[in-house]
Amino acid sequence: MTQSHRRPAGGRINRSAPIVFTFNGKSYGGFEGDTLASALFANGVKVVGRSFKYHRPRGILSAGAEEPNALVQLEFGPHTEPNMRATTTELYDGLNANSQNCWPSVDFDLGAWTGMLGRLFPAGFYYKTFMWPPKLWMFYERIIRNAAGMGKIPEVHDPDRYEQQHAHCDVLVVGGGPAGIAAALAAGRSGARVIFADEQAEWGGALLSGAPDIDGQPALDWVAGAMAELTAMAEVTVIGRTTVTGYFDYNYLTALQRVTDHLGPNQGGHRPRQRFWKIRARQVVLATGSIERPLVFVNNDRPGVMLAGAVRAYINRYGVLPGRDIVVFTNNDSAYRTAMDAFGAGARVYVCDARKNPSGPLVVAAKELGITIYPNTVVTGTKGKKAVTGVIVRELTDDGRGVGPKAWSIDCDCVAVSGGWNPTVHLHSQSRGKMRFDDTLAAFVPASGVAINPNRSVGACNGTMYATDCLDEGARAGAEAAAVAGFGDGKAPSMPQSAGLAEEPLLPLWTVPSATTVSRAGKAFHELQNDSTVADIHLAAREGYESVEHLKRYTTTGMGTDQGKTSNVNALAVMADLRGVSIPQVGTTTFRPPYTPLTFGAIGGRNVKEFFAQERGTPMHPWHVDNGVVFEDVGDWKRPFYYPRPGEDMHAAVMRECVAVRTSVGLLDASTLGKIDIQGPDAAEFLDRIYTNAWNKLGHGKARYGLMLNEQGFIFDDGVTTRLSDNHFHMTTTTGGAARVINWLEEWLQTEWPDLKVYCTSVTDQWAVASVSGPRSRELMAELTDIDLDPQTFTHMTMREGKVAGVDARLYRISFTGELGFEINVPASYGLHLWETIMRLGAKYDICPYGTEAMHVLRAEKGYVIVGQDTDGTVTPMDAGMDWIVSKKKGDFIGCRSFARSDTARGGRKQLVGLLCDDPSFVIPEGAHLVDAIKPKPPMKTIGHVTSSYMSPNLKRSIALGLVEDGFARMGESLSIALHGGGSCRAIVTDPVFLDKKGERLHG
Amino acid sequence: MLLINCPWCGERDQTEFSCGGEAHITRPLDPDAVSDKAWGDYIFFRGNPKGWHYERWMHAHGCRRWFNALRHTVSDRFVATYKPGEPKPPLPEEDG
Repeated sequence: MTQSHRRPAGGRINRSAPIVFTFNGKSYGGFEGDTLASALFANGVKVVGRSFKYHRPRGILSAGAEEPNALVQLEFGPHTEPNMRATTTELYDGLNANSQNCWPSVDFDLGAWTGMLGRLFPAGFYYKTFMWPPKLWMFYERIIRNAAGMGKIPEVHDPDRYEQQHAHCDVLVVGGGPAGIAAALAAGRSGARVIFADEQAEWGGALLSGAPDIDGQPALDWVAGAMAELTAMAEVTVIGRTTVTGYFDYNYLTALQRVTDHLGPNQGGHRPRQRFWKIRARQVVLATGSIERPLVFVNNDRPGVMLAGAVRAYINRYGVLPGRDIVVFTNNDSAYRTAMDAFGAGARVYVCDARKNPSGPLVVAAKELGITIYPNTVVTGTKGKKAVTGVIVRELTDDGRGVGPKAWSIDCDCVAVSGGWNPTVHLHSQSRGKMRFDDTLAAFVPASGVAINPNRSVGACNGTMYATDCLDEGARAGAEAAAVAGFGDGKAPSMPQSAGLAEEPLLPLWTVPSATTVSRAGKAFHELQNDSTVADIHLAAREGYESVEHLKRYTTTGMGTDQGKTSNVNALAVMADLRGVSIPQVGTTTFRPPYTPLTFGAIGGRNVKEFFAQERGTPMHPWHVDNGVVFEDVGDWKRPFYYPRPGEDMHAAVMRECVAVRTSVGLLDASTLGKIDIQGPDAAEFLDRIYTNAWNKLGHGKARYGLMLNEQGFIFDDGVTTRLSDNHFHMTTTTGGAARVINWLEEWLQTEWPDLKVYCTSVTDQWAVASVSGPRSRELMAELTDIDLDPQTFTHMTMREGKVAGVDARLYRISFTGELGFEINVPASYGLHLWETIMRLGAKYDICPYGTEAMHVLRAEKGYVIVGQDTDGTVTPMDAGMDWIVSKKKGDFIGCRSFARSDTARGGRKQLVGLLCDDPSFVIPEGAHLVDAIKPKPPMKTIGHVTSSYMSPNLKRSIALGLVEDGFARMGESLSIALHGGGSCRAIVTDPVFLDKKGERLHG
Repeated sequence: MLLINCPWCGERDQTEFSCGGEAHITRPLDPDAVSDKAWGDYIFFRGNPKGWHYERWMHAHGCRRWFNALRHTVSDRFVATYKPGEPKPPLPEEDG
């Protein structure tokens, strides 16, 4: 395994720790400290992927998080992850990566035909071409997605562990370059709590790519000293490999720490794979650096075309020479550092500088080394097939907007381009900070002004490019931030000097002019990840997509996983030129979190599987499980739905359970009902205002059914409430409404009636409730309790306290089935004991546990409503036929006034009625619409809908409830019901009470 | 994520709170005495300002108590949180 492009010495890689890795099935060697990208360069691998749309071969553009091209599918099976940037993927032993967007292989890609037909695939092509017929879009989309694709997601559950960390600090410093280190030192020395985060494995930021001495010593020695000081500070938390991904209001920032990613799958030991930080910082210092802009020219996407700063990083940091013949193409001085370092590493170097007369100290220094420099010269095209083999260069015309006739070519295997540097303003922008366009840098920089979220940008992300200035600016900001947070005097500690050569101004160059028109020239890519070209921007402008937001969506510029880190400003500038306006007049798109992609695993943390959606079980839950229950999800609760016996389907089980309750005795777990303990001298008065009926005169030990309305007069919840003593009530609510009701009670008590002395406590979980129901329930209860069950005194809707199954209990005589019924409330911890005792003693009565479905059938037989099923938030008590529960005497209560509103008072409202289908064996689907006349197809005029519908084994026919316009006046009428998918049936409107209208069973 | 100063508990994350909409809407003391229009205004109509907004919040995952706040609906800046029954703080002179 020869590393053909590895330099013999140098770089920050550990040459004593060799690593073997696999790329596209082939084995290669690298070193600890490499990224996948640097190791591929070391092995001379140029083509690492195919492009998204045209399937053109693509190489590595950058050396950092901005990489648009070199996206790989990392690892296999459950550990696989798509769209991983080779430039930020640290190399580990056994790493296995594959190219994306290519089939069957990266070297021979069938999809490349789209590139050959490129002229047929302009921006908006898919939308324009595959619009019609709409039915076929789903089909087209599948093919297109397969053809494009951005890697594959894993198909099995993520086996890795992720953690989350909530943290608070006085000063958060983002970015570990010179400005960030200076800020952290200044803030840390003040004693403030500091969190210092950087995305890289090593500290130093841009200094890692090569830097002049600091304080008379190698820059990275100074960095090591500073980091040692910071790490030793008790109040400073230093987290490397940590990308601050999002900046939210009130200085709330999120960060992804890659804890063990660099070790490879399953190598992290007890540590998590990643840790997601949620940081609340009093003050933030942003030192996020800058990202180099590529220059845009024809065929600028050929592998070997790279950012100049990246070439320098590979040479100095990774000990790799990306090319042996390097053409540096620049409009500024910074790329001369690359030229000199490449020259020093043994490459042949030519510089094409778009400026007429470059003559700064860096240029002079390069000249002195003997590097050939072509001023006023631009690269107008590249040569080569899978990788660049040469460039075509021309001179710029005097106005800089055209090129001269004379063209010559230079053979090369690497083109290092630099179009200037864009400050990394992403987090500043996310913090709602404004930006201004700096003409000297030809880039957007943070604008000063009132920041909604207190932060300071320092260093290159603030447009400050020299190390010395970055150190001073960072130290000032760190000290100020700490002082605002209450630490130190705000005076910046003095920082060492760095001896860098000064740079001369750049020449803005947004697109290299071509010898022919833009549409006839070859493809010049401003956006590499989404394959968007300058011609696409021209098309967008011609078709009127001029605003930056339209431009972005029409050309998909900046919409890839890199969010256009290298492409956005170039695109804006091209559009500005076409429109004849300045770049800031075109504006910028909004930077949105995350700065770099996040894993869902990190976002989810430990909140996965059973910790994501909690399940609530009653105290009797284990018995239900042991006895073959099928559960129904009601809110978070697992409620018994039905208990099938061997060979029974749901229908058979429910029918059997329904019959058992009406003929012998049934047992329901009613523990999930909401229960609220209400105490205080004004409790009865409060209930009078909350419920529609009167509570003041209710006797001790007496229970009453109550309806709660909202202020609009509509039914909101219902339940039975019992008076335990003068100032003490026990309220029950619907299972799903429990939280809503206690919130409702608290809201009224706290905000509208703070004068009422009432205290509400949720006791849902404190009581286990078993509901015994059926004609033989009293016989069974007599065996369970010593409470006097005499029907003359222990009447319907009363409560007694005593022992049941040997346990202190509240025994209610109430019923939701219409049968004689008892609800036994015991402390939750006795719930299972109670249930098992009832089942044991009930055996001789053939006791039948029943679930919610049988409960629904039984209550429907009696016409009892379920709030939320038979009502929908537009139903008044009168609409539900429950005028009897609305007090006319007690005065005001919530919702009362709305009864007099014209809409609630009008006739002909939808009213709750019974519906009997003409075919007694047909169960009308719930939700079916009653219509005034059946037509061959919709629309038909709806006059109501079916709310509840079941087969009733006790009535031996189907029954239904429904809300029907003017329903009470339609008793006996036959109405049509339209069925989903065509067809219809007819039903007779009846009273909703189908069984035991006199209530003899209930009161028996 | 907003940082909200619960008048009882102090500063807590927004996720602990629920917003209860416009504040200082008084329920008519004698609902029967008000017109349908006035009652309709009370139950249905709320302001939706771009700017400063008096609103109700509840510390749902904390002390579970209601309070009032003065917040700017664009900048999300809170200038005050205060207990029910306490007087409205004055509108700030500046916007945002």
